[in-house]
Amino acid sequence: MVRDHAGRLAGALVSLLGDFSAAEDLVQDAVEIALKRWPVEGIPERPDAWLFTVAKRRGLDVLRRQQNYRAKLALLQPSEPPPPDDRLRLIFTCCHPALAREAQVALTLRVVCGLTTAQIAAAFLASESAVAQRITRAKRKITDAGIPYRIPRDDELPERLSEVLTVIYLLFNEGYLSSTAERAHSRDLVDDAEWLTALLHGLLPSEPEVAGLLALIRLHRARTAARFTPAGDLVLLEDQDRTAWDHAAIADATALLTRTARRYHAPGPYQLQAAIAACHSEAPTWPDTDWPQILVLYDMLLTLQPTPVAGLHRSIALSYVRGPAAALAELDGMAAGLQQYSLFHATRAQLLRDLGRAAEAHEADERAAELTANPAQLGLLNERLAR
Amino acid sequence: MKYVLMFIETEEFATEFAALGPAEKEEAYRRVYQWFDDHADKITNRGSKLQGRETATTVRLDSGQLTTDGPFIEGKEVVSGFTEIEVEDLDEALRMVKTWPACPVIEIRPVAEM
Repeated sequence: MVRDHAGRLAGALVSLLGDFSAAEDLVQDAVEIALKRWPVEGIPERPDAWLFTVAKRRGLDVLRRQQNYRAKLALLQPSEPPPPDDRLRLIFTCCHPALAREAQVALTLRVVCGLTTAQIAAAFLASESAVAQRITRAKRKITDAGIPYRIPRDDELPERLSEVLTVIYLLFNEGYLSSTAERAHSRDLVDDAEWLTALLHGLLPSEPEVAGLLALIRLHRARTAARFTPAGDLVLLEDQDRTAWDHAAIADATALLTRTARRYHAPGPYQLQAAIAACHSEAPTWPDTDWPQILVLYDMLLTLQPTPVAGLHRSIALSYVRGPAAALAELDGMAAGLQQYSLFHATRAQLLRDLGRAAEAHEADERAAELTANPAQLGLLNERLAR
Repeated sequence: MKYVLMFIETEEFATEFAALGPAEKEEAYRRVYQWFDDHADKITNRGSKLQGRETATTVRLDSGQLTTDGPFIEGKEVVSGFTEIEVEDLDEALRMVKTWPACPVIEIRPVAEM
């Protein structure tokens, strides 16, 4: 509820005051007050107007104490929040490439999604003071270094949009990988990532990669109910109960993806990853998976984005098309860039087991376990090691 | 806003540049002059190209006025020149440096208003 209004208010206040940092402080104050009062008093009839009034009152208090801000006092006079949605500018400012990645993430969550510093700290298992400091430093840089509050020019948009999508994707990944039974009650970053992408898609409806990321997130979320056992253990895609997937959501996301591909003919990394997720989601059973199609999609992805991690995932697809020996040979060829990556060793272990090389498989699983701190992944690996 | 662009040389760039023939060097300088001409309306102080790091002397007033040979930080990347510009905001400065034809690293620092 707060999320739907906080960013809008921040956008409006930054425009109104011309001061990113001051506007953001006011919104954060208003959000804190809302989180205390709404659960007790109920959600006001016009939450946007309520938040604006509280922010305005707070602003007037602050301004009264600071004479040099008196000029801005007059700017806060309108009693209604201004209608236009300024959140696009807000997103681009928060994700400006001159800010450190962690600062972009924290700032986007706080300013655009209206999370409190405490909520962000809890989601990233960081201390509240560290997050607060990160945000303060980022806000100071925005002001001092002259980072503009503006939608980038057309010729800069692709690069800047890709920066925004990276931030959201990171958020999604963090939320997706850390979502375990133990942390089910903590902030759902996957939900924030989907909300942000949907917002962005609404504001930039003709950007195919935004649609691609939205489809990707929705396809993954559609499998949530099958990803964990009631005891909180991770269930691999292979073993998931496919009847528990949200098939309506899968159909919607797949339709969005198809529409986007037909209209723009501009496959990018997010659309391709979504297409791969769609292949998995549309297979009625694990053996029905269309591996040759997935392999083609990974080849396309690797041409656009030749990263070791994409190569790793391609080798998994390869093992189903050409067998574990071919996949293992490919994988070992990429070992240098993936040594510190838990999934690399877990995948090797799986292939070695398929090839009947049990001792080596055990060793690889041990290495994989050493490299992950995620309780759900650890549980799975330990179970394999105990066999 | 005013910014100072600090042009930074890497060892690799310096070595490659030193290996160029006279005509190639002249062409490299021509491109730099062209860049300055193209952005003349935004450059408030053309600044200077500095001599190499081996010519640097550092004085430490906080260590008994200790005078030492060399730059204050030993590193593979050294400031080799600077220019002051006045532009709308950081994005305009970023656009400007993207076409810089010489050394591979540039630090953009806003000028403090005193």
